Amino acid sequence: MTTKEIKILPIGKEGSGPDEYGYYGSFGGAYIPEMLFPNVEELKTRYLEIMAEPAFQNEFRTLLRDYVGRPTPLFFAERLSKQFNTRIYLKREDLCHTGAHKINNTVGQILLALRLGKKRIIAETGAGQHGVATATVCALKGIECVVYMGEKDIERQAPNVARMKMLGATVVPALSGSRTLKDATNEAIRAWINNPTDTHYIIGSVVGPHPYPDMVARFQSVISEEVRWQLLEQTGSELPSHMIACVGGGSNAAGAFYHFIHEQAVKLVAVEAAGHGINTGMSAATTQLGRSGILHGSKSLVMQTEDGQVTEPHSISAGLDYPGIGPLHAHLYESGRGTFLSVTDDDALRSAFEVSRLEGIIPALETAHAFSALKQLSLRTDNTVVVCLSGRGDKDLATYMKAMGV
Amino acid sequence: MKRLSQLFATKKQRILNVYCTAGYPELDSTLPVMKALEDQGADIIELGMPYSDPLADGPVIQESSLRAIENGMTIATLFNQLSTMRTGDAAGTGKITIPVILMGYMNPVLQYGFERFCEKAAEVGIDGLILPDLPMHEYETIYGPTIRKFGLDLVFLVTPETGEQRIRRIDALSSGFLYAVSSSSTTGSNKNIGDQEAYFQKLQSMQLQNPVLVGFGIKDKSTFDAACKYTNGAIIGSAYIKALEHSTDVAGTTKSFLSNIIAQ
Ligand SMILES: Cc1ncc(COP(=O)(O)O)c(C=O)c1O
Repeated sequence: MTTKEIKILPIGKEGSGPDEYGYYGSFGGAYIPEMLFPNVEELKTRYLEIMAEPAFQNEFRTLLRDYVGRPTPLFFAERLSKQFNTRIYLKREDLCHTGAHKINNTVGQILLALRLGKKRIIAETGAGQHGVATATVCALKGIECVVYMGEKDIERQAPNVARMKMLGATVVPALSGSRTLKDATNEAIRAWINNPTDTHYIIGSVVGPHPYPDMVARFQSVISEEVRWQLLEQTGSELPSHMIACVGGGSNAAGAFYHFIHEQAVKLVAVEAAGHGINTGMSAATTQLGRSGILHGSKSLVMQTEDGQVTEPHSISAGLDYPGIGPLHAHLYESGRGTFLSVTDDDALRSAFEVSRLEGIIPALETAHAFSALKQLSLRTDNTVVVCLSGRGDKDLATYMKAMGV
Repeated sequence: MKRLSQLFATKKQRILNVYCTAGYPELDSTLPVMKALEDQGADIIELGMPYSDPLADGPVIQESSLRAIENGMTIATLFNQLSTMRTGDAAGTGKITIPVILMGYMNPVLQYGFERFCEKAAEVGIDGLILPDLPMHEYETIYGPTIRKFGLDLVFLVTPETGEQRIRRIDALSSGFLYAVSSSSTTGSNKNIGDQEAYFQKLQSMQLQNPVLVGFGIKDKSTFDAACKYTNGAIIGSAYIKALEHSTDVAGTTKSFLSNIIAQ
């Protein structure tokens, strides 16, 4: 693989990045208490400069190639294409080390943290994928790692808790609030407030105060960067007609969309978790159910009560079980640039089984939502559809076994 | 003259600001707790509006917020309760005469409507606001003019990690007083405030335009005394909430809690 630079797109409305205060349209910003200001300000003033350093680029690209296993393949899914009477390509993030796209970001952030002189890493995790990806890079670099995880999720995701521990991380149960991802994120932010000088917080998605959404999007943008040249090689054109990705906080979608945002010919399809159904009170479809609000340090769409208390979402997939989305996605939604669909628990499960049998790939439950969205689109034979296959289904086997009655 | 500036014009030392959560321990505790605080010698009340995701708060205030939300507290309900704050109510709760500051996170305030919020706050007799997650940039470009239009003070926070230049900028934007967070922590921390003398001394020597009150980790007489040595006073939060947790007699609990601290 060539060691191409991470493209630094122009800041502001025309590019994929936010303005200098972290806004994508009316969403973003850094709504943080003063106690977090020095850390966030340090990141904000240094992340672009550090990411542009040739030595950083070289180390990042080399690790992505030799440790993560990039570039990940772009695979023409023949039988799935036949079923939908179109041409479908799968971007195989499931083949990344640790089984999902999450590690693209953690590799980038650990290198950044080391350059900032940090001695300790903290992270939040829901399903445990980001926690495992963080524990992995911390082991690789020999740096202390503490992962905050909701007490409920610790019970639900035992194998990933064990993986984190085996990798040497400390897993701290978040006991506050609803004891899931939202609260794990609160606890990680509080822990950062309490350890302001030696600790870096590796956030797991394109959420949080500026510059996190932009920084994480840039690290994940390697996904769409590769898709462009891989499509060119395989089809003669760099541009797909559709780019489909599931959205929890939105990091795999941000990475899959990044180099296509300014290409109006590419339809950007973001797939949210409808849970039991959008209007059942058991859903995580933030764009459908949320209003503009502030959560975890940025202004975005947030699921909340009329009085502004953040509500507890539901999805069968822990990675999509979050009451917000990143500000970039809120902007794509509000501006109409993105198409937002939602998929229920049952439909996602059905697609997970279909894809497993059609292509020999067991997808993560999160990714199964992206596959199910194929059914909601009117696709033509001459379309080129890319599905971001964000992760593999090993972690969801217990859910799949239950669905099979075994 | 505004209540806060009046207070600071007449009292320069050992100013005691006590935090309580609206709707805690019971939904209707708000005014009785405030009245007890005034009667037992508090100089300022910092009234917390509960939020589901209070990033700057430790477990004690988180718990009180959760309980207040479960009790049914909302901003609309709070303004209803506070409508008799400055006049006394039919239930016999006397009027509150000391300054009252509302503390809360931005999200519930935005959902209520920022301008409507400031208007209502001023109408019921609130003196100032603490909005810990309101950034300076958004304050200057969007929200500041509205806050000033309704005559409310806005209190910003500084911490031991805040650089001198930024402290000066924050001081210039603040009115009422400056909230000096004692250590880099969430509320209710056990970090030793005795270690922070140099920081308090620095704030004192900077000759800021606002009085300085120290908060976070002030829990008893000795921490209050230490905080007051170089500043104008201090703010007690988690320790008082803890005292209220199992209290069946708000006035009695408040009396024994505060008399201890105020004693010279
Ligand atoms: C495989 C997979 N896909 C998607 C997600 C959702 O996160 P994001 O929206 O940030 O990509 C997760 C999160 O755990 C995941 O593990």
